[in-house]
Amino acid sequence: MTEPTAPVASEPQPASGVSRRGLLGVSAGAAVAGVAVGFGGGYATRAAAAPADEASPATAPASLDAPIPFRGAHQAGIVTPAQDRMHFVALDVVTKDRAQLVDLLKKWTRAAERMTVGAEAAPGGVVGGGPYGVPQDTGEAFGLPASGLTVTIGFGPSLFDDRFGLAARRPTALQALPAFRGDDLDPTRSGGDLCIQACANDPQVAVHAVRNVVRLGFGVVSVRWSQLGFGRTSSTSTTQATPRNLFGFKDGTNNLKAEEPAEIDDHVWVSTADVPGAAAWMAGGTYLVARRIRMHIEVWDRTNLQDQQDTIGRTKAAGAPLGKEKEFDEPDFALKGADNEPAIPVDAHVRLAHSSNLNGIKILRRGYNFTDGTDGVGHLDAGLFFIAFVRDPGKQFVPMQQALAAKDVLNEYIEHNGSALFACPPGVAEGGYWGDALFA
Amino acid sequence: MSLTRTLTVVAGAAGLLALGACTSSGGATGSSTASSSAGGPIAVKATDNECGVSSATAAAGTITFQIQNTGSKVTEFYVYGAGDRIVGEVENVTPGLSRELKVEIAEPGTFTTACKPGMVGDGIRAAFTVTGTAQPGSADQKVAKAITDYQAYVAAQSAELLSGTEAFVAAVKAGDVAKAKTLYTPARLPWERIEPVAESFGDLDPKIDGREDVVEEGLPFTGYHRLEKDLWVDGLKSDSPAIADQLLADVKTIVEKAKAVDFTALSIANGAKELLDEVATTKITGEEERYSHTDLDDMKANLQGSQSALEVLRPVITERQPDLVTALDQAFTGINQALDQFQKGTTYAPLTELTPDQVKGLTVKLDVLSEQVAKVPGVVEAGAGGTPTTS
Repeated sequence: MTEPTAPVASEPQPASGVSRRGLLGVSAGAAVAGVAVGFGGGYATRAAAAPADEASPATAPASLDAPIPFRGAHQAGIVTPAQDRMHFVALDVVTKDRAQLVDLLKKWTRAAERMTVGAEAAPGGVVGGGPYGVPQDTGEAFGLPASGLTVTIGFGPSLFDDRFGLAARRPTALQALPAFRGDDLDPTRSGGDLCIQACANDPQVAVHAVRNVVRLGFGVVSVRWSQLGFGRTSSTSTTQATPRNLFGFKDGTNNLKAEEPAEIDDHVWVSTADVPGAAAWMAGGTYLVARRIRMHIEVWDRTNLQDQQDTIGRTKAAGAPLGKEKEFDEPDFALKGADNEPAIPVDAHVRLAHSSNLNGIKILRRGYNFTDGTDGVGHLDAGLFFIAFVRDPGKQFVPMQQALAAKDVLNEYIEHNGSALFACPPGVAEGGYWGDALFA
Repeated sequence: MSLTRTLTVVAGAAGLLALGACTSSGGATGSSTASSSAGGPIAVKATDNECGVSSATAAAGTITFQIQNTGSKVTEFYVYGAGDRIVGEVENVTPGLSRELKVEIAEPGTFTTACKPGMVGDGIRAAFTVTGTAQPGSADQKVAKAITDYQAYVAAQSAELLSGTEAFVAAVKAGDVAKAKTLYTPARLPWERIEPVAESFGDLDPKIDGREDVVEEGLPFTGYHRLEKDLWVDGLKSDSPAIADQLLADVKTIVEKAKAVDFTALSIANGAKELLDEVATTKITGEEERYSHTDLDDMKANLQGSQSALEVLRPVITERQPDLVTALDQAFTGINQALDQFQKGTTYAPLTELTPDQVKGLTVKLDVLSEQVAKVPGVVEAGAGGTPTTS
């Protein structure tokens, strides 16, 4: 036996000196903190932003590259300050073997937790298998920082059929969404037994997460549809500036924010009392509503500024409610303009969607802009991949969407062509796996 | 491609400790029932910035490491071979936990140990030397038997290829289109079962199995698919008999050459994977049999060839990764059942009769199988070091 060897620690951070994001451009988040990110420059920090509750999972990370804790009372990726990029995938279970599904959920949990700290999906996944082994990690995120990756799972209503003995465990709130006026849903972009939402501040990190999750699932699940989001359209934390959607308007000004824990408890997290008996596994979870909203941006872009502002109910530059000056001024729906008409028109989006006109309904929006090539007739296939987290879709999203579908003048410029609902179980405890309480 | 190298991770950590078992006595893992040939476990003290390995050398054989994490971060411990290939690793060693890793190293050499606090980065590394030579594992004899078995399989398929092609060529030369059509598929099945072997003779493959686009490379359009087009689309032409004669001559050459091929466990395993790649890229797409649409027949033959290659390797895989054998069997059953729905007597339905949903159903099953078969080359070449057994 020789003397113990204790070599000097190498920095356990990826060696890459250049942030991909540094090459790709300054993110919105960096702009908030007022830190310019240049080629190979230092990472943006949010030190200047207001500190959040230390105990909350919503606490803003020190850097856009930093990891976000995977485990906790609630899943990450919900009240986590919205990252810049998203890759979302809906999957169908192709086996009828419950044990295989449970085994996959365990494998997924392990791989997802590893990836959220910036590690390979499996130990030595990129080259550790040797020259004749197939790499267990696909490698495109090798050396990239954690980039705030969150991986969030949801279970669709169809999972609770007779295949896996889960019918009795289905929470009553998990009902397929009803048809809404104006819907033009494509079945190949709707539904799914499971979903995985990967959000990160680097698109490559988000795509890597989904790709490796899908790969682990061959034989158990198969991809039903998938959606990339290239830019967040909501702020879910007071530390974030409000981003703009593809209509060029600030979106999510009035969104629920992680820093309002009482509001989040009221409107987002499923309480123990909500899910008595066999559905108790869902306590601490939330429901994810996904809607692929195609925007006819070419038509919108030919609409004059006043019509655009009247449609939304806010000013384009500041995002202030019409008749007010600043973004965060409360909208005054009684206010009249010079023409003695309501300053915010009766069919404006902001008026119809505001909680004061919806019996107090609020939702946590966490959507992303998308552009998926063209529609084949000379237009961009662009829009908003709307994601909302709610405590009870039937009491929150459904009445809100019914009100919007009936009257919103914005409907002239959009169509909903994809739709899905998923139950996101609560967070994963130490030693646990995704959905363990459901399959217990 | 040494057949004697045997690097095998013997066992995982001795146990999954109850979480939070944070005691100063170092947890209660492995009572080291199998102490290493080097004389007892090698202690590894892992902290957030240190990786103290109590010995930097050991004798070949089973080497046991006992890793204790006294740091504050979750850590991992690795033993790497050349090029960072993992010989063994133990992950998820949480603070306060003690876990055991056993690796089997049969030959002397220089390795690397590494702790990886926080799971990312290169880790805290040190050289680790193995001396002496351990008894060779029984896998070596199994590999030798697998090679002999596969040679016999290739010889049998070659003979079938030759006789089938002779019958097919005779029908073409007799101008009997109906008979030639029925003999076309049976002639090709043995080809499809051993295609990676045939493809290793680069100049013959495009002559025998090239599609019409070979003319883009300056080659004449000959072989099976030229005759396929004649039979199903254009009718026999004046040069069809000459094309048939050339096909038979080329097949005879390739059958002769196949007798001299030196196989290795790795090349057999890679061939099994390549046959499935063929299915994914040329059969399920309808590319290969674009005139006769007999792609599902070819697909069945590709699957049979892949399964046969893996069958000769079964004893080797069983010894090194028994779980993989089970997974392979299940996956083959899955796709064979899916494909056999389209069986009509001795042949299969034309691919063009399948709906997009049915094609997707086959693709889903093929993906399942391909993921498993892709693991085999690493297992047969490098033992469990190829696809690390995790603890």
